[in-house]
Amino acid sequence: MIQHLPALIIALPLLTAFLMPLIGRISPTFRKLFAFIMIFLVAIIGILLVHEVHSKGIILYTFGAPQPGETTPSSLKIPVRIIFEIDGLGAFMVIVSIILAFTAMFYALPYFKEERGLDRFYALLFLLLAGILGMELTGDMFNFFVFLEIASISASALIAFCIDRSETLEAGIKYLAISSIGALFFLLSVGLLYGEYDALNMAMLAKSISNTFIDKMALILILGALLMKAGIAPMHMWLPDAYAEASPPVTLCVIAATQASMYGLLRMIFTIFHPSIDIAFLPALIIALSLITIGIGATMTLIQNRLTRAIAFAGVAEMGYILLGVGTAMYAGIKGYGEVALEGAIFHVLNDAIDMGLLFLVAGSVYLATRELDMNNLGGLARRMRFTAITFLIALLASSGMPPMNGFASKLLIYESTYALNPILSIIAILASILMLAIFVRIFYSVFLGPELPNLRDARDPPVLMLIPMLILSILIIFLGIFPSYAIDKLVDPAVRSLIDAKGYVSAVIGGG
Amino acid sequence: MSEPSKIVKTIASIIFPPTMVFGIYVILHGHLTPGGGFQGGAVVASAITLLLVAFGTAEIARRLKESHLSVIESIGALGFISLALLGLTATFFYNFLAGSGFIFGRIPPFGSNPGDMNTAGTLPLMNISVGLKVIAGLFAVVLVLAFVARSKGGGKR
Repeated sequence: MIQHLPALIIALPLLTAFLMPLIGRISPTFRKLFAFIMIFLVAIIGILLVHEVHSKGIILYTFGAPQPGETTPSSLKIPVRIIFEIDGLGAFMVIVSIILAFTAMFYALPYFKEERGLDRFYALLFLLLAGILGMELTGDMFNFFVFLEIASISASALIAFCIDRSETLEAGIKYLAISSIGALFFLLSVGLLYGEYDALNMAMLAKSISNTFIDKMALILILGALLMKAGIAPMHMWLPDAYAEASPPVTLCVIAATQASMYGLLRMIFTIFHPSIDIAFLPALIIALSLITIGIGATMTLIQNRLTRAIAFAGVAEMGYILLGVGTAMYAGIKGYGEVALEGAIFHVLNDAIDMGLLFLVAGSVYLATRELDMNNLGGLARRMRFTAITFLIALLASSGMPPMNGFASKLLIYESTYALNPILSIIAILASILMLAIFVRIFYSVFLGPELPNLRDARDPPVLMLIPMLILSILIIFLGIFPSYAIDKLVDPAVRSLIDAKGYVSAVIGGG
Repeated sequence: MSEPSKIVKTIASIIFPPTMVFGIYVILHGHLTPGGGFQGGAVVASAITLLLVAFGTAEIARRLKESHLSVIESIGALGFISLALLGLTATFFYNFLAGSGFIFGRIPPFGSNPGDMNTAGTLPLMNISVGLKVIAGLFAVVLVLAFVARSKGGGKR
């Protein structure tokens, strides 16, 4: 069974999604139990898969072939079938997505009590998970597009699932529009590459791409699509809407989808296009975009009154930090401080996912207790919601990069490497981070401290089942903050090494080197 | 909403059977001719939509419930994924029926020929399940749109 893990990790969420409408007819309790068992199984498969990748190197899975490892049919010497290729980076992203999806599901089971149509909700959630995992594992360009579409459509339906304000619907439609435009850009560039090289396989393309005009055009289109999907300025406007309006479990999964787009960016740039394409202004452009994103994210957080929107704009800034690391690595090449930058960027993908996830879970608990997200009407909650207040404190320190938490470790790597490139970049990044800390302390004060409001006297911590996912994420934050070298050695370094070794990615599929 | 005229109803009744037959043909011959589960399913769904337009929403809604459609849709999707999972003896999506001599298991003849239905292994079965899913899914969409249109515009006309 071990050899079928890459297929099962996609097949199981799909099967669950399709079974949900039938299971839901039996009983709501059974549906919850089924959802929980399935997400647990997916998590176990994911961990086994990551273990396999770390012990055996790149894993290949050819769909429909007589043998999973048979990438090229004996009569042909080119890979024609859809191939899943999982290397260190893919394994790292599987861990990120599974942490988010598992905590989201855990949180969703008690969060939704009175909503109707929950079988559709769980079906969409599992479809989204299948799309995200597919994007991270696939070794085929067109297949990447298909999974991108699956993830976008299910995510936009999920964002607009619990409509309590008209803005929710707007956020869903905005996400759908942006994703469709992004996906079309991506499809166009896949078409260009297919027309030029008769190949859709990523390894095959990485081998054949040269520095022609069409290749440059394809790269720019792909970057446009994925930067849009990753919420980078100037196309960041969908992200705060989507994150802030969706219910917290959905937001966690949408964060996973955003990080999967960031993964796509890394894969396209460093594995497929990087060595052969030479566009002089591209690294500078990426760095400029990342600085704009950080600036917009940090300053827009300042003026928000709604708790979730403030957190969401902080999420925009965090994506900017990741992109800053990527841009520095593009500028310097993946060696020396460029490698450190890439390490920081990849580590920050994990940290950003956990920090933002925890912040949104806390916001969800506040909303559940008070039915209020406007910070002007909140205050003094720390007296009644001790646990929630403590987890929020942990998450805010982590996401503004304070030393004992995980955000510090990855941001330090990014500061260090950008300082080597140009000190001004790292000064801007550090200043934005300090600004975020100040804003978050203000948010903490206005929501949790201060005088107790009379109408919020009966606010309570959420039920224990919802505290568990928050506890898991808090423990992860502190653990990764105190022992960052553990995560870097076990998870981040294999990911960076697999990005450096683009030739290994190619030769695993086609052979030779 | 005024009743559609006799011409509309008559033409719809005449066109409906051939459209259904054509849609089912496209689904079943998906592995031989252009088209397949999705395209054929869309044709069949459009045939049912024709009935919806000609004979009104109420009549159709009494016979077809939205929840039934969602069950059919799930069955179609489950059929597809189970066929893929059955291939796990070799790999996911492995075509275990092709060339086995069992159902759809004949080896296709070489050279130009009129086409043999009994070939291609799991592909026709997958086409059928996709077809089921598309018929149910598209028709559910049309049905919901029809309800919305009726509840919004019904009072005025």
